[in-house]
Amino acid sequence: MSALLLASEGGRSVANPSFPLLSILILTPVAGALVVALISKRRPELTKQAAVLFSLLTGALAIGVVVTFDKHLPGFQMVDDVQWIKNPDISWKLGVDGISLWMVALTGLLFPIAMLGAPPHDEEKSFYAWLLVLEAGCLGAFLALDTFLFFVFFEIVLVPMYFLISGWGYGERRYAATKFFLYTMFGSAFMLVGTVALSYLHAKGGPVTFDLQVLAEQQGVVAETTARWLFISFAIAFAVKVPIFPVHTWLPDAHTQAPTAGSVILAGVMLKLGTYGFLRYGLYLFPEASAWAAPVMVTLGVVGIIYGAVCATMQKDLKRLVAYSSVAHMGFIVLGIFAITRQALTGSVIQMVNHGVSTGALFLLVGYIYERRHTRQIAELKGLQTPAPKMAAIFTLVMLSSIGLPGLNGFVGEFLILIGSFLTVKWWAVVAVTGVILAALYLLWAYQRVFHGEPDEANRDFRDIRFTEGLALAPLLVLIVFMGLFPKPFLERIEPAVNKLVHHVEVNSDHREPGVSTKGDEVVPESERRAEGEAAEGDHATSDTEQGDGHGTEEGN
Amino acid sequence: MNDLIWLIPAFPLAGFVLLVAFGRRLGEPLAGWLATGAIAGSFAASVATFFALQGEPVRERAYEVTLWEWLPVGGFHVDFGFLADPLSITMCLFVTGIATLIHLYSIGYMHGDPKFSKFFLYLNLFVFSMLMLVLGDNMLITFLGWEGVGACSYFLISFWHTEDANASAGKKAFVTNRIGDFGFMVAIFFTFAALGTINYTGIVAASPSLATTTATVIAAMLFLGACGKSAQLPLYVWLPDAMAGPTPVSALIHAATMVTGGVYLLARMNPVIAESASWVPWMIAIVGALTALFAATIAVAQNDIKKVLAYSTVSQLGFMFLALGSGAYVAALFHMITHAFFKGLLFLGSGSVIHGMEGEQDMRRMGGLFKKMPITAVTFMVGWLAIIGFPLFAGFFSKDEILLFAYDKSPILWLIGMAAALLTGFYMTRQVIMVFFGAPRWDRPLEEAVPDLHAEREAAGIHPGHGAGPIGEIHPHESPWTMTLPLIVLGPLALVGGWLNSAFWERGKFLEHWLEPVVEFGEAHLEATTLLKVELGIGATLMGLIGLVAAWFVYGRNKGEAKDRIERRVLLKGWYYDSSIAAFMGGPGRKGFDAIAWFDKHVIDGAVNGVASVVRVSSDKGRTVQTGYVRNYALGLVFGAIVVAGLILSKAVTG
Repeated sequence: MSALLLASEGGRSVANPSFPLLSILILTPVAGALVVALISKRRPELTKQAAVLFSLLTGALAIGVVVTFDKHLPGFQMVDDVQWIKNPDISWKLGVDGISLWMVALTGLLFPIAMLGAPPHDEEKSFYAWLLVLEAGCLGAFLALDTFLFFVFFEIVLVPMYFLISGWGYGERRYAATKFFLYTMFGSAFMLVGTVALSYLHAKGGPVTFDLQVLAEQQGVVAETTARWLFISFAIAFAVKVPIFPVHTWLPDAHTQAPTAGSVILAGVMLKLGTYGFLRYGLYLFPEASAWAAPVMVTLGVVGIIYGAVCATMQKDLKRLVAYSSVAHMGFIVLGIFAITRQALTGSVIQMVNHGVSTGALFLLVGYIYERRHTRQIAELKGLQTPAPKMAAIFTLVMLSSIGLPGLNGFVGEFLILIGSFLTVKWWAVVAVTGVILAALYLLWAYQRVFHGEPDEANRDFRDIRFTEGLALAPLLVLIVFMGLFPKPFLERIEPAVNKLVHHVEVNSDHREPGVSTKGDEVVPESERRAEGEAAEGDHATSDTEQGDGHGTEEGN
Repeated sequence: MNDLIWLIPAFPLAGFVLLVAFGRRLGEPLAGWLATGAIAGSFAASVATFFALQGEPVRERAYEVTLWEWLPVGGFHVDFGFLADPLSITMCLFVTGIATLIHLYSIGYMHGDPKFSKFFLYLNLFVFSMLMLVLGDNMLITFLGWEGVGACSYFLISFWHTEDANASAGKKAFVTNRIGDFGFMVAIFFTFAALGTINYTGIVAASPSLATTTATVIAAMLFLGACGKSAQLPLYVWLPDAMAGPTPVSALIHAATMVTGGVYLLARMNPVIAESASWVPWMIAIVGALTALFAATIAVAQNDIKKVLAYSTVSQLGFMFLALGSGAYVAALFHMITHAFFKGLLFLGSGSVIHGMEGEQDMRRMGGLFKKMPITAVTFMVGWLAIIGFPLFAGFFSKDEILLFAYDKSPILWLIGMAAALLTGFYMTRQVIMVFFGAPRWDRPLEEAVPDLHAEREAAGIHPGHGAGPIGEIHPHESPWTMTLPLIVLGPLALVGGWLNSAFWERGKFLEHWLEPVVEFGEAHLEATTLLKVELGIGATLMGLIGLVAAWFVYGRNKGEAKDRIERRVLLKGWYYDSSIAAFMGGPGRKGFDAIAWFDKHVIDGAVNGVASVVRVSSDKGRTVQTGYVRNYALGLVFGAIVVAGLILSKAVTG
């Protein structure tokens, strides 16, 4: 019992009651949606300006979160905790750590870009209103520290995305939107079961709580087998969302039919809800079950890498190709998460950002091509580099980032995932490297067919990139280069949270992160060894204050 | 001084950035001069670093500079740092030196091209990447440069991208190289897992503690990477196609610098190879020897002036790998340097010929150009004598050295190397005769001499203006000074480059003493007598001369006409190796990929849609609740879920 008490103490985080920054961050786009809804339908320009303004404001607040974030703390920061329902205990509890921090930043970045870069042709008002609602939902899901609150946000995002696809999409948009909605809803149903069941089982007849930290830090209350079943119920929802092979087929349809802004957000932000879910509601909430399921998840991740790449190679529709490349990229992230090493997990988190940046840019570019040519069929495009050299150059940069060229952002995540996975799942990591070869194959082949060659009659007058289009892409291009060369500001904020997470899994399961051969330590230059030693000490410090309690709980039972 | 190493790559990077920003405004020829100046600055910085290093005691000749932390994660820690030691500075010197000349040459060669400034932008970026490759103080920076040169190579091969053949060649180079990169990446993983570091100084210090199996895997994987970059069997296929790029690119990237990346990597990692099982060096030597011979046989039958040199490059790289596998690291690096001189010279010479021939690359249309282009001809012939190992020319020293070590490893390897040397003498002499001597054939269309020319060019994807000159009469002329000056500089280097490591007396082995601290771990030690060395040297030299004489008998007396009895179709087609791979990839390979895509569409997604339609049909009876509003369905789902949750709960509580 004393262990339990201690654990709940440990679960309490660094709160900042003075200023509810995170709540304001979520409520800003909500307010934006309301304002947009109140503006007259006959003023489309005004709706756009208002929407962009609010999304920029949200972006600025997200940057504010990044700036005020204390990079030394491994736990949750800036926690807002307002009780919603007393019994069962459900709270509006928000908090940010090194993992959700970058998801929030990515969301704050991509929404204004999607609004500015891919405006709709009609019905501006509802389009922007839905986008702002979507933004609030995504931010809420990333920031929630209450399992029920998370579920609410996780579900809310489906509605605006459904209407965005079915309202502003292409050809078979109704089919794609319904498929997207029902498929993800199907997954979420399991998660709802898991959420409710976990809290009631955890209570053991006492007060019921949905507080994520309490549920996660007090491991061992729920029997091992039960916890595994509960994990599976969450995992199904996340697997559909990521998506993991073989529940991925909603993705190509949804992407192909969605409007450009929808695709950017869907790939850039919404898929991350799945991988983020695996980190927060998989490894953190069910450490033992995650380690137990890791072999299967790693396998599915690697299958996704190869399978997605092979399918991408054979696509005839450019947008579908990019969609399948997402399946491959998300496979890398899943591999990294379930390899459960510091390098792989850090790589996965940064790869989520990278994928959002580069795939977001790719979807924008594909959208621009469609705007001009009204086709996405690769066979109908040819030689675009001659009339549009600037677009070709931008496409090349983004493509190389997606291929994982060192010096650009994609490499940082992919490489960390692979080298980290190599430590625990050696041969799977080696197989996954072949995905790197395939990525070069499908993207370069597509590039050759679309941009190289002599442009024919239909493609001769293709217009090069416009100023506003370039403006929307510019921040993404800067990030592609910056994150490739100076990933440290990102890595050093992710790392404490990841270290804590790995430790959490190690304490609560049989999983052990293999140490790198000690022989290496002797040869590391003095200065580096010192830095490493400090990091290791930092880990111990964390474990003493926060994680040791979880350990105690386990033993107490 | 050692703080200024970063200047070496900074110059080309600055050139690249400036050209991205202002290249179009600078235009021709200013953009070219800017790029050339940037590389010249880099060369000057390399020279300064070289002298600074030389001033240090032998054991302390290494400067390490860390610019910033690149990937610091947990126990994995990689810095953006440079290592200047005898090996990397040697590479820097010849890379920047030759690159300066080739930049200068390009100003003339690319004259009038609408994408003039873009060409120099790519060239500068390439040199920057190449310098990262050689200067990196850890495997990952080397890999950064490694992939960077691959990307630049891709841009430059497909530079004239409106031709499908060029675009395909660029893509092929990138993808084939990526197969090799697979090996490089896996080698990095194994190194990190075993040693906890991927810093070269750390690897050198810790390599004796490596388990043999681990060292073996690392070495074998590195070799796979090297096979891709340095165009060895079975991954050489991209290099001949890479000749689709502008000729200065072929000279710089696909002959002198980038393709030596694999040799550099293996030399850099020689302590690990020294710890590996003995079959790895054997494999390297065998692959090298076979590649040298295989590519030489193909070179014999080529008609494209650049294709001969391309296969020759593959063959010469094979010699370098033969040396590496035989433990002759110094000889491999020595040959790499002399090869950079004479092959760079030969490629630039061939570019000058193509320029003078108004774009014609087919040697069957040349002949008698000696009088029309005297500077090009004389310098080209210096390169020719150097490559066939004519006494006292550069290749003479370096090739003898390699064959000496090969003999020490195995007489069979030595024999293969000798055969390749003979063929080198043959095909190079054939080229010189066909281009510069005999009767001129540029005054009449090629169709007269080659009836099935149209079909042949169709198959090779050659169109007028891209590898084929004008149909009518061509008026060959000597090239402008920007193009001939680099030839005039490289000519003497190809002539005397061999004295860098002269075998004639011990003190003349400058390169060996210079590189010793870096390669001493893997370097083999010969116990051959002086007499044997002299005999082998004479034998190797004779091979080149026999080839020369044989070619003169076949072509010289025949006024440079082609010979069908020797130029078999199977050789012209490169033993059908490349076309077999292409047929496989386009046939079964593509079908396999298509099958998976079909599976995805019809089986996986089919199952999803199948379930959906079953649900739809069965719910026909419950039509009354079907309102068509998604929110109602959602509500139903939520309620259903709660019911299920309740069931589980009750079970869990009672159970």
